[in-house]
Amino acid sequence: MINEEAVYYSRILTEVTLSFHIIYATIGVGVPLLIMIAHWVGIRKNDNHYILLARRWTRGYVITVAVGVVTGTTIGLQLSLLWPNFMELAGNIIALPMFMETFAFFFEAIFLGIYLYTWDRFENQYKHLLLLIPVAIGASFSAVFITIVNSFMNAPQGFDLVNGEIVNANPILAMFNPAMPTKVSHVVGTAYMTSAFVLASIAAFRLIKGSNHIYHKKALLLTMKVGFVFTVTILITGDLSGKYLAEYQPEKLAAAEWHFETTESAELILLGVMNDEGEVKYALRIPYALSILAHGSPTAEVIGLDQFAEDEIPPLSIHYLFNIMVGVGMLMITISILFIFSKYRGWSFVDTKLFRWLIVLGGPLTIIAIEAGWWLAEVGRQPWVLRGIMRTAEGATTNNDVDLMLILFCGLYVILGIGSIVILTRMFRKNPVERELAERKGDVPS
Amino acid sequence: MSVDLEIIGIVVLWTFLFGYILIASIDFGAGFFNAYGLFTNRQHILTKIIQRYLSPVWEVTNVFLVFFFVGVVGFFPSTAFYYGTTLLVPVSIAILLLAIRGSYYAFETYGSRSHKGYAFMYGLSGLLLPAALSIVLTISEGGFVFMQNGNPVLDYWALFSSPLTWSIVVLSVSAVLYISAVFLTWYANKANDKPATALLRRYALIWALPTIITAGGIIYELRFHNPEHYERLLGLGWMFLISGVLFVGTVWLVWRRKNYGVAFVLLFGQFAFAFYGYGISHYPYLLYPHLTLYDSFTNEAMAIALIIAFIAGLALLIPSLYLILRLFLFNKEYVSGKSKQEH
Ligand code: HDD
Ligand code: HEM
Ligand code: HEM
Repeated sequence: MINEEAVYYSRILTEVTLSFHIIYATIGVGVPLLIMIAHWVGIRKNDNHYILLARRWTRGYVITVAVGVVTGTTIGLQLSLLWPNFMELAGNIIALPMFMETFAFFFEAIFLGIYLYTWDRFENQYKHLLLLIPVAIGASFSAVFITIVNSFMNAPQGFDLVNGEIVNANPILAMFNPAMPTKVSHVVGTAYMTSAFVLASIAAFRLIKGSNHIYHKKALLLTMKVGFVFTVTILITGDLSGKYLAEYQPEKLAAAEWHFETTESAELILLGVMNDEGEVKYALRIPYALSILAHGSPTAEVIGLDQFAEDEIPPLSIHYLFNIMVGVGMLMITISILFIFSKYRGWSFVDTKLFRWLIVLGGPLTIIAIEAGWWLAEVGRQPWVLRGIMRTAEGATTNNDVDLMLILFCGLYVILGIGSIVILTRMFRKNPVERELAERKGDVPS
Repeated sequence: MSVDLEIIGIVVLWTFLFGYILIASIDFGAGFFNAYGLFTNRQHILTKIIQRYLSPVWEVTNVFLVFFFVGVVGFFPSTAFYYGTTLLVPVSIAILLLAIRGSYYAFETYGSRSHKGYAFMYGLSGLLLPAALSIVLTISEGGFVFMQNGNPVLDYWALFSSPLTWSIVVLSVSAVLYISAVFLTWYANKANDKPATALLRRYALIWALPTIITAGGIIYELRFHNPEHYERLLGLGWMFLISGVLFVGTVWLVWRRKNYGVAFVLLFGQFAFAFYGYGISHYPYLLYPHLTLYDSFTNEAMAIALIIAFIAGLALLIPSLYLILRLFLFNKEYVSGKSKQEH
């Protein structure tokens, strides 16, 4: 028995909760690494600016962690509340990484607590820095484990289904499914990249708003460098994700690329819109590019949507999401490489207001890319919740009150979203860098 | 090996739930006393001591809960079907309260000056949460969930008109305040804060009585609500007897203003005996009469994998937990506010 209305609202509520959680979670995964780098550079160069950078980032980070924790707890419970049938089945095979995720986070939370309250307790600064390592490891492994759960939903394996019953369960095999390597590396890499560009965006914003302090310039260069490095890695893992899709989820790739007929030497459709008759207009067509993306060879055959039953094709709108994500990736690599190269060369156009605004834009844009990427991956899996095994509608709850809960939770996210922004801006506005540096008497000549 | 994997699983989970209940009670109660102090102008006595305790641990508290519910679905996937379907509303409300509580706590502590409204919300949610969460235990007693077209449905009218429900709500709230007051009395005493100790000691004594009365009342009500469970409870009478003796010990020590540390240890024992006694007597049902440990259990491979992960996880966590306890809870300088703290 499927309750259509409950299915519909459960989907919306899941989408809303995850889309909200992912913003804070991404920052939660990436920022500890950046704090660690700043703190380390600060100690090594004996430069108080970097130390203060680490300190101020940490303060902001605590707020995002708090929202990450409460929304994460929410989604953790909602998986059982909204998808009880799915969890009953999936729990048998993929509960292990979920269980390990709590340990990873536990580890992170403990050391974050200690790090926060021990800034001036250690004579040897390196000891204090040491406390950050478990924080960064814990946060990243949270992402690794939860992404493993998601990759299992895309490429389930490690069990046999006999008359709807699970037999021969192998939790380890289920974890190391074909989707796992590309998904995990792409997700973790994008988290580092996004965090770097979000912090760069803040530094650039302060510079535009008139603070010409070297502190912000150092912050900007550092974050742009880190952002650049991780953007390179995600271009590689993104390309590998495409190859994974071609092999294991060809319907997702075909829908994302509007690739209707199975052909060799397939062209890649960039941008474009689809009208009501299903015709593609205004698109850029790059010959051979899809075959290269899918199989690494210009003449390879790429499976098209003609190979799939009508009711197993994901929504074609994911094409737009794919374009947004890839577009942001290309834009950010260009911006960051230009910036770093120009700094090295002493070109000054990257210090103009215009270029800085571009960097400011990069923060929100990468977050949009994260959202687009997840929507691509999740909507592209439809109509399945467990690909090939359980349809989304079969996994949902039958409870009649989901609509009411949707309203309640939307209210909660509005409060949390506004609350966290207000607190963060107030926290830093009330305590500007210049004053804090003066108080610490740590200002080095600029 | 003669111990069933099912038993190992449930003991691990029950222990984590017990850990959560103790730590969260201290946290919920502290929030309530803080708000209460604020509105009766006794804030200056309590706030410092309470903040000092709460600050470093709130996320850790939350993880215990997450650990419990993730573990339950891992070891007993069918609980997702029965409890997940029926508990949508009560658990969603609990999540909402937890979310408001956790975030505003962080917003206030790290973000800005204190605000009376936040403190009030924080305190109030601390009382509503045990009430909302305790509904899960009530439902597990059976009689509130029926099957419709093969799907479980919760009967709200039966639930809210049952005296059992309301006694469990009252017990959860008064136990929270009692546990919290006893712990904080000890903590304040360690910090050498005389006025706070005196005030918290009074709260401890006030909340002792309702706790023990409702606990007794619930056993009595179970006799009518779920005779099978009641019989099994009586079979474990000795555990509840020990629990009662420990309760008397705690109250006596707090009354005589002696050994608050020992008093808290006795309280720990009191709740441990009662909690495990209750748990054992619930065996083998997870949800009367629909679901037992055995029909909801996961496959053997997953169970073993989870247990190994659990042991490995503990090996990592116990030293870290020890570190945080040493640095904050049991560090004389930190507790009494002498050491420099910053964030
Ligand atoms: C800052 C964000 C960001 C950027 C710039 C990119 N991606 Fe991405 N992408 C993600 C953020 C992301 C993500 C949010 O992390 C996703 C969603 C689910 C997942 O596995 O990772 C994702 C998924 C995802 C998928 C689907 C994987 C699946 O469903 O299994 C593919 C094929 C790509 N990406 C490919 C790319 C390529 C070729 C990029 C080249 C520029 C790219 N991504 C840039
Ligand atoms: C790929 C997407 C996700 C990533 C990268 C991610 C990452 C994180 C991170 C880093 C945190 C810690 C909060 C912080 O440090 O900011 C967190 C919290 C949490 N996440 Fe997510 N998460 C994702 C999706 C999910 C999903 C789908 C679930 C549900 C199973 C989930 C469950 C949780 C829980 C329960 C917490 C709270 C942790 C606790 O209290 O123990 N997350 N997540
Ligand atoms: C945090 C990043 C994630 C985001 C933003 C996200 C987003 C989405 C979206 C938009 C859908 C709905 C697709 C549709 O209905 O057309 C969906 C489905 C779903 N996702 Fe994800 N997802 C994320 C990660 C995960 C992870 C890690 C898990 C598992 C642990 C998960 C579990 C589910 C489930 C159970 C559904 C079924 C509902 C449905 O298909 O509509 N998601 N998700």
